[in-house]
Formats: sequence, C-alpha cells, structure tokens
Amino acid sequence: MSLKIKVGMASCGLAAGARDVYQAIQKYLENSKLEADLASTACIGMCFAEPLVEIIDADNNSLTYGDIQPQEVETILNDYLEGKIHKDKVILSNIMEGSENENLKNQTRIVLRNCGRIDPESLQDYLENDGYKALEKALKEMERTQIIQEIKDSGLRGRGGAGFPTGLKWQFAYDTPGPKKYFICNADEGDPGAFMDRSVLEGDPHSIIEGMTIGAYAIGADEGYIYCRAEYPLAIKHLQKAIKDAKEAGYLGKNILGTDFNFNLHIKQGAGAFVCGEETALMASIEGERGMPRIRPPFPAQSGLWGKPTNINNVETLANVAWIILNGAQKYNKYGTEKSKGTKVFALAGKIKNSGLIEVPMGMPLKDVIYKVGGGMKTEKPFKGVQLGGPSGGCVPAELLDTIVDYDSITKTGAIMGSGGMVVMDEATCMVDVAKFFLNFTQNESCGKCTFCRVGTKRMLEILTRITEGKGTMEDLETLEELSENISQGSLCGLGQTAPNPVLTTLKYFREEYIAHIKDKRCPAGVCTALLKYEITPEKCVGCTACARVCPVEAISGEVKKPHKIDQDKCIKCGSCYDACKFDAITKS
Amino acid sequence: MKNKKEIDLTISNFIGKKGSLIPLLQEIQKLEGYLPKETLRYLSQKTKIKLARIYGVATFYSMFRLKPQGKHIIRVCKGTACHVSGAEDIGKAIRKELKLGELEDTTDDGLFTVMEVACLGCCSLSPVMMVDDNTHGKLTPEKVTEFLQKYK
Ligand SMILES: Cc1cc2nc3c(=O)[nH]c(=O)nc-3n(C[C@H](O)[C@H](O)[C@H](O)COP(=O)(O)O)c2cc1C
Ligand code: SF4
Ligand code: FES
Repeated sequence: MSLKIKVGMASCGLAAGARDVYQAIQKYLENSKLEADLASTACIGMCFAEPLVEIIDADNNSLTYGDIQPQEVETILNDYLEGKIHKDKVILSNIMEGSENENLKNQTRIVLRNCGRIDPESLQDYLENDGYKALEKALKEMERTQIIQEIKDSGLRGRGGAGFPTGLKWQFAYDTPGPKKYFICNADEGDPGAFMDRSVLEGDPHSIIEGMTIGAYAIGADEGYIYCRAEYPLAIKHLQKAIKDAKEAGYLGKNILGTDFNFNLHIKQGAGAFVCGEETALMASIEGERGMPRIRPPFPAQSGLWGKPTNINNVETLANVAWIILNGAQKYNKYGTEKSKGTKVFALAGKIKNSGLIEVPMGMPLKDVIYKVGGGMKTEKPFKGVQLGGPSGGCVPAELLDTIVDYDSITKTGAIMGSGGMVVMDEATCMVDVAKFFLNFTQNESCGKCTFCRVGTKRMLEILTRITEGKGTMEDLETLEELSENISQGSLCGLGQTAPNPVLTTLKYFREEYIAHIKDKRCPAGVCTALLKYEITPEKCVGCTACARVCPVEAISGEVKKPHKIDQDKCIKCGSCYDACKFDAITKS
Repeated sequence: MKNKKEIDLTISNFIGKKGSLIPLLQEIQKLEGYLPKETLRYLSQKTKIKLARIYGVATFYSMFRLKPQGKHIIRVCKGTACHVSGAEDIGKAIRKELKLGELEDTTDDGLFTVMEVACLGCCSLSPVMMVDDNTHGKLTPEKVTEFLQKYK
C-alpha cells in the first residue's frame, strides 16, 4: 500500500503542536509495517481544527483528521491499517462525510489554491499544480501590453487595503520610461487580525514569485524586493528556499526560461514598524532610512525606490496574477460584483467557531461569511459586532450583517475592506475598550511626521481612557468627533487619515455603550476594570478566608467560617479574590 | 565589543551596498544581542554613516534594542484577536511567573525579555505568544507558566 501522509506545518499548525504530531508519526512509521511518505504542507485555513493530518492512499482517497494529539497517532494509524476510520475526527474527505466538507464547498479558492495541499518547500509540487505555466505563457505567447490588458480586464483590485485597480497601476509603471524599474511585493502585513499574507507566503511562496516575475516583465523591471515583516520567520525561510530553487530552475535570475528577460529578486526583512506597510514608507525602509511616508505625488510609478519607477503590490494581489494569466480574465471576473471582481480571502478570528482563513467570491453577505462558512459563534454569548479592516477600519453591528462583502458596500458602513481581517466580537466585548485599543495602536505606530496624527491620536486615546475609567463627560463625545474630523483631514498618509475610523464607527453604532460608561459609570460588557464592582454573596460565602489572603490591599474582612465583605473604597479591582474563590461567592458587575 | 571580528566581517560584507543600514543593524544585533552605544559609534566610523542617522534608524524600529536583552525573547501578542481573547491575562501571567515589575522587561538573571507585539499572524489560535522563533497558541495563564518552566 502506498500512502502519503501530510501534516499541516505552517506557523499556526506549529503553534498548535504540529511538530510533535509530525515526530510521533515519524516514529510510528519507523516501527511499523505501514509504508508511507511523510511530508509537511502549510495551512489549509482550518486553523481551529489544528493540528491537521491528511492521509492519501494510492487511489487518491483522502482523509483529513483534525485536532490530532501526538498520543493519538498510534491508535489512529493502527486502526487505519485495519480499515477503521475515526469518523468523529475526520474534517475533510473526498470519500466520506467530513465535518468541514460543507465549509470548503462554500469557498472558491484561487489565492489559496495550493495552500495546505502542496509542500511549500518543493518546487516539484508547485510545478505539478500548474506552477510557472502562466510565466511561460506570459513570456512566450503574450505582449507586455497584452498582459497588462488581461489584468485590467480581470478587474483585479489591490488587496493591500486601498483597492486600486492592479492593471491600471501596472500601466502607469509601464508608461514611465526608464532603463531601471523595480517591482516590490508588500509582505509587511501589519494589520492585527489579518494573516492571509503569511499563510500564502508560507504555503505557496512560488505563486508570489511567479506573480511578481510576470508583473516585472510586463512593466519592464529587472529587480524586485519582497519586504517581509520579521515576525514571520517561517515565511522568510520558505521564500528564501523558493527563490533559490526558482533561480536554479531558470524561473528567476538571468535569461528566464531562455528569453532575454532578467529578474533579480531580494528579500528585505522589516524591523517592526507598522507604518512601513505604507508604500512610500516601505521604500524608505528598503533604502535604509526611517520608515516615514513621503508626499505623493510623485507616485511610486513615476519615482519610487531610489527615485526609479516602481510598482508595488500586496501578497494576495500577486497570488491572483498567475491564475488570471493562465485561466483568462473572463474566468476571473465571472466571480464577484460589478466593481469588485474575483474572490477575497478573509481571516476569521475572535469569537468565531471556524477561526482561520477562507476565500469566497466578492459579494457574499457578511452573514453568510460568519455563519455559513465561519460556523457562527464560538461562545454562548450573542454576536455583537465584527471588526473589519483593522486600525483603519471599523466595527459593523449585527443589524448590518446583510451587507455584502465588496469594497464599496463595506466602505458605506464606515468600515473598510482593508486586508480582510475579521475579528468577531460577542457581548462580552466592550466597544469603547475596542476603540481605545485601536487608538492605542495607531498612537504607538504613528511615525510622528504630522501633528494631527502624532498629537491628535494621543488626545483621543486620553479621552477614551478617561471614559473607560468612568471619568468621561458627554462633551467628550463631541470632542472625539471633532478631533476625528481634524485628524483625517490633517494627516499625510493612510495611517492618520483612517485612525479615527474605529472610534467613529463605534460612536455611530454603539453610542449607548459610551453613554453607559459616562452617565451610569457602568461597562455593560464587564470589561473596563475601573468600573467593575466585586461583591461577596453572603449566602454562598463559607468564610474560608481564601479571598482575604490574596487581596493585595487588605480590602476584605471577616471572621473565619463567617461571610466576608469587600471594602469598596479600598478595592483596586484587581480580581484576585474573584479568581481565588472556590465557591463562586464573588460576583463581578 | 565582544564580537569585533564578526562585526568587521559583517560590515565589510555590506559596505558600499545601497540600503544596507537596516540589515547591518539586524546582523549586529544578532551578534551582540542588542545595539551597544560603542558598537554604533564604531559602525559609524567604519561606514562613514553619521551616528545621528544610525541612531535615528535604530530608535525608529521596535526590533532594535539599545539595552541588553535576555537570552530568550518572549513576544506577547496584543493584537485585536488576542486582545478580545484575553491577551491581558496572558501578559499578566508571564510577568508574574518571571517576577517582572511594571516597567521592567528583562529578568534579573538575563534569561528572558518580554515584549508586546501587535500581531503574530496566528490570530486563529489567539491568544498567542512567541518564544524566540516558536509560536505557541490557544494559551491560558496556566499553560504559559508551564511553557516558561521548560525554558528555564
Ligand atoms: C499605515 C498603512 C499600512 C499599510 N500596511 C500594508 C500592509 O501591511 N500590506 C499591504 O499590502 N499594504 C499595506 N498598505 C497599503 C500600501 O500602502 C499599498 O497601498 C499596497 O501595498 C498596494 O498594493 P495593492 O495595490 O496590491 O493593494 C498600508 C497602508 C497604510 C497607509
Ligand atoms: S499620518 Fe501619521 S503615520 Fe502617516 S505620515 Fe503622518 S504622522 Fe506619519
Ligand atoms: S492578533 Fe494575536 S496573533 Fe494576530
């Protein structure tokens, strides 16, 4: 019996313990009559069920087991040998019902076509899945303008946030004359809550190289950079290997595929600055400077890296390119809505059941993304809102769940599509706290060039902090709105311009929650510590003194075996007593 | 300077190449553990890059450290997904286990440095932390304590 066993070993898989599972299988294979090729793959997107193990037999019958622990490996494989399948563990399969078969059926995978299926470190695997065929077609059968036209016709828009039409961008770079041009891939993915770029870089690095090489050929660039954040060591490792392999096989470097086209590709590691995701700041960073945005125009297409015409695209954008060239624009623009074509990858996280990556056609209602593909809520508590677009985006409330996902519809809600991060929140999330969280983020990450972004965000953060401490006033809300207006008007780059969005959307959709903090000194979600009140229910308290012993400020008094009491004036709301009580006698409100 | 020979070699590898300041500082930090003042001064002399510019770059990026750091770097994710899934408690548990004061980030024995980062890209397994190059997900305060014991 010839078997193939694949373990999902992207950083998410590894974080869930995939390496131990891999080793357990390795050990098992050494001592068993089961003969199988053990390989690693990346992330198929079902992170909630990780670690994942797929077994494929000689007839291509596949079973993917989810949530595998190292100690289960032996039983599962022994039973497999005897033809017994642990049905409750099967999440995906082409021969039987798997718990997530339906989930995958609701998706359309273009960007993620290879993720979690191929071995990302194997060029051979990529080639067997149509790899570099698009490059061959582009170089040998298409004019450069034809390639650009194809991308234009596909309707592909930039997935890095702004949604600018990719074909048009390429046209600008093509139109600028010059012997030296650059092609950059933006892999800085700083938006907290988004991880599709990481997944594609780790899981299908050659698709990015292929997309870039096609683009570079089209605009006339002979040198390129992938700017990858340093927090993604595995992505960098896979990229390095892929670049080396592609070069040796003639898909990169000099005289690509025997033509006279040369393209040299380098990796640049970021050094931890969110603003470097902004294109002009990113180029400053490659040049070895502080990553501060520059005034546009001139746009990168005219004067970019080292003053040369430059094109910059996001990872997900580039992952679409080879597919479009190979399958044609018509096939791509069949998916999506009038102004947003194709598919979009979303990173589902927070209080959602199927946290992970999904790819769906543009135009799917948010409701279906969250409940159909995402499996609905993970917690008992009801849905409250979903944060889209990270620090530049906003929170969309339950009543707007019929909104479809495309650039224009999401922008109408006050949020943005951004990079496609969706953080789902339930009733236990405080929206004022969320707004404060994002302002803290932008305030930290502001490069400091513009006064409104540098100082304004700080003022907003101070106001929000005050509100969460129960010290806010109703005028504060107006000040917040006024500051928001000024900051978005008076900032140079997207970071400042969109920094107020999380505050504006929460003010718009969850205003009563702000008012509860201000007027009633109450945090309805029970998150804001300063507004919490810890109390002991006398009927439940057995007087074990556990709480009194852990209280750091001696706010709890009472005799042994008699109900205790918390002195509210002394209490610093640290929650130690709440955690220490074994009798549920302490309430938090 | 502990690693003068290696540093000289690194500098000579990069010298004259455009845009090399950041990778140079990254390499030096790898060798020295952080960016000591005297090393930066030495770098400035050797490369003729103004010290002010080097310092400007070193202070702009959060990965560069101007103070000695621990043997193991713990990055606690404070991104959105982790924030709504209890990252606060994870941070507290780490600090408690390592007996770190509010403003301290490195343990007295020089074993650990704790930093906060904005997202490690494993949001689906939130809350998440990274110890050196290894990411750990689905954390609870108890699990954190367990992990740290292993590194001690
Ligand atoms: C503060 C800020 C951060 C950004 N971060 C990223 C990022 O991490 N990744 C990305 O691809 N684009 C990011 N962008 C957008 C880029 O400036 C640029 O629009 C994008 O890389 C263009 O590629 P696309 O046309 O393929 O979307 C950011 C923009 C701003 C203002
Ligand atoms: S808006 Fe903010 S981040 Fe952008 S350039 Fe101005 S200060 Fe820097
Ligand atoms: S928010 Fe913590 S890993 Fe992304």
